[in-house]
Amino acid sequence: MRQPVWKTYKLYIGGKFPRTESGRYEAVRDADGALVANMSRASRKDFRNAVVAARSALTGWSGGTAYLRGQILYRAAEMLEGRAAQFVDELQRLGLSRAEAQSDVERAGDLLVNYAGWTDKFQALFGSVNPVGGPHFCFSSPEPTGVVAVLTPRRIGLAPFIEAIAPVIAGGNTCVAIVPIEASVAPISFAEALHTSDLPAGVVNVLSGHRSELLPHAASHMDVNALAVWEADGDERRLAEQLGAENLKRCFFFTPAAQDEVTGNPALLMRFQETKTTWHPVGT
Amino acid sequence: MASRSKPRSLAAKNGSAATPTPKITQNGVATDGGSKEAIAVPGGAINAFVNETLYAPAPESTDHVRLEAKYPLFIGGQWQEPTDGGYAKTINPATEATIAEVATAGKNDVERAIGAAREAQGKWAKLPALERGKYLFRVARLIQERSRELAIIESMNGGKPIREARDVDLPIVAQHFFYHAGWADKLEYAFPGETTAPLGVVGQIIPWNFPLMMAAWKIAPALACGNTVVLKPAETTPLTAMKLAEIFQDAGVPEGVVNIINGGGSTGAALVNHAGLDKIAFTGSTEVGKGIMKALAGTGRQYTLELGGKAAHIIFEDAPLDEAVEGIVNGIFFNQGHVCCAGSRVLIQESVADTVVARLKRRLDTLIVGDPLDKNTDIGAINSREQLGRITTLVNAGVEEGACIYQPSQSLPSRGFYFAPTIFTETAQSHRIVQEEIFGPVVTIQTFRTPDEAIEKANNTRYGLSAGVWTDKGAKIFKTTSALRAGVVWANTFNRFDPSAPFGGYKESGIGREGGVQGLRSYLRFE
Repeated sequence: MRQPVWKTYKLYIGGKFPRTESGRYEAVRDADGALVANMSRASRKDFRNAVVAARSALTGWSGGTAYLRGQILYRAAEMLEGRAAQFVDELQRLGLSRAEAQSDVERAGDLLVNYAGWTDKFQALFGSVNPVGGPHFCFSSPEPTGVVAVLTPRRIGLAPFIEAIAPVIAGGNTCVAIVPIEASVAPISFAEALHTSDLPAGVVNVLSGHRSELLPHAASHMDVNALAVWEADGDERRLAEQLGAENLKRCFFFTPAAQDEVTGNPALLMRFQETKTTWHPVGT
Repeated sequence: MASRSKPRSLAAKNGSAATPTPKITQNGVATDGGSKEAIAVPGGAINAFVNETLYAPAPESTDHVRLEAKYPLFIGGQWQEPTDGGYAKTINPATEATIAEVATAGKNDVERAIGAAREAQGKWAKLPALERGKYLFRVARLIQERSRELAIIESMNGGKPIREARDVDLPIVAQHFFYHAGWADKLEYAFPGETTAPLGVVGQIIPWNFPLMMAAWKIAPALACGNTVVLKPAETTPLTAMKLAEIFQDAGVPEGVVNIINGGGSTGAALVNHAGLDKIAFTGSTEVGKGIMKALAGTGRQYTLELGGKAAHIIFEDAPLDEAVEGIVNGIFFNQGHVCCAGSRVLIQESVADTVVARLKRRLDTLIVGDPLDKNTDIGAINSREQLGRITTLVNAGVEEGACIYQPSQSLPSRGFYFAPTIFTETAQSHRIVQEEIFGPVVTIQTFRTPDEAIEKANNTRYGLSAGVWTDKGAKIFKTTSALRAGVVWANTFNRFDPSAPFGGYKESGIGREGGVQGLRSYLRFE
């Protein structure tokens, strides 16, 4: 009988799939105790490498056209759809029913389509031409905050992961996603879909790891501009803001929508935007 | 009009104070640094001409300014004596003379103020929104009517030139209330698709550089959105806020909607740490801002922070150079450089650097430093002895690190806190004067060759509040302004403010915006 070829799950940093530099792993098993995968347990060094990758990708990603970002996110939805069976299978092995898994993957794709459409629209809705009281032309437009560390929801699924990262990158930010190990199988696989979506290397970096270990590093890293912690408890909030204050990191705490209510949300996207106001005199 | 020409005693003192200032040491420093300077400037001659003969003193009359000897706390619409605070003298930094005594709030007083604000909040938020707005319209009108008096007090208590207080601060203050008054009944249009509610009670802590303007920036949007406030003005500049309290009384704004308590750092800390507040809105230094964020960490209480800056002011070779020189002067010497968004790092393209620096020095020699109440004065008094010390320390550090200093040889008044306008050339990115916010009339000059280098240098700072660009080429303006990581970018102008234009920083210059529809977000809860 032919033995199946098992897949090795690694990290996704700067458009490459390295193992953790720490050599650490954690076994994820199915309900019967059978090995699903030895997931990498990302270290502080992995996180720092990912931030370097995210920083170098920022200028290109935020400086490109919004139309292009939209096409790439839509392309990611196409890639996801094409590999839907694989993701459904992976989620089932982690305990979701077939219906749950299917619904989750469909939602994940729909979220990508939704945010693909937002990339070139939120600026018009949330920007402004300011009627200043003098001979000046003055306008304000949203601009991406920069490098965002995202601690994704704990729930197993692809939709919770996309819900957390799509609003970040749709607005032109780059991100380092820290995914709980037990929920990381599908997101790490999804990185392969991203990788074949013309998404520039470093725009999304995915680390499977322990939140308790990596949150303090993410919160205190001086080259991370914003921190999004999903399902943060009180201690995590305090820690994030206390350490984040050192470089005035924008800290946000989100609660994921119920599985059947996940939708795109421009308000979420706008959390990761700064407002820039530009002035110029009017005259001859 | 006769009263306008009546000389004030201070102006007379200025006239006689022709001796070099003994108060601060920077004059000696200037002589040393000046001799190192490569570009020759006809500084002394022009300067002497301006000071001695060109303009007679033109002091603003203070006749009809009404100031009490003592100002208690303004809590629940009443003037109340402090229970566990005390009284502190507030001075005129131009003369060091005491103007009045102002109550400082202790912990218990802070408690009372927050209690009064909490009691008033529900009713205030439930007022028909148009009626809430009408109170603010009224306040705007009363400010306009009293703007001359307010401008004079602002100048006396803070040291800024009367011309600026009169022509910049006060018009913006009135406009800020007028603008936000109109938002009160239109909030549902501001954030389509989102449900909003007032935050509740907001603690607001403001700095001494634009005392009344900062009070307006804080109070007007908060009230329009249905919040009530406890405002703490800066320790050195409490007086115009006391006059503002009178205006709220006159306008009939319900008691407790605005509470104003004075005090220093401990009063501020009592506010920040008080669990009875829903939000802290702070304008001030980055260091204090970080402390506030840490203090509020994990409490769920919200915060917006408008903090320090170290703005790059880029002059391209194709800029209209005379206008650019005026822009540099306005960028850094406006309000003695006590401006968080001041253009304190000038970057000049190499091909025009010598020309621009020479013209800038010539222009510097014509700036008049002196009595803030004199309408000829360009640069008034430094806000406090403490701030003068900070500026002096950093300027000395600049000299020690090898930058070339230039200051006009003008003499400074013998009393009060003054600092001569100062240019540093041959500065390096690593110099403290290039990295740290000086918050005084001190500008550093660096050069660049290519636009990319200019952008790189401009963004090479932990701050990101403002920036400026001078060029005649439209495409270059947009390329540069998009690449600058700053919340406010001025192209071919500098230091413009408007209530409809969101203001606030990237990076370590702050979190949140003030002004415009975007600024309303800071005072609403999103459900």
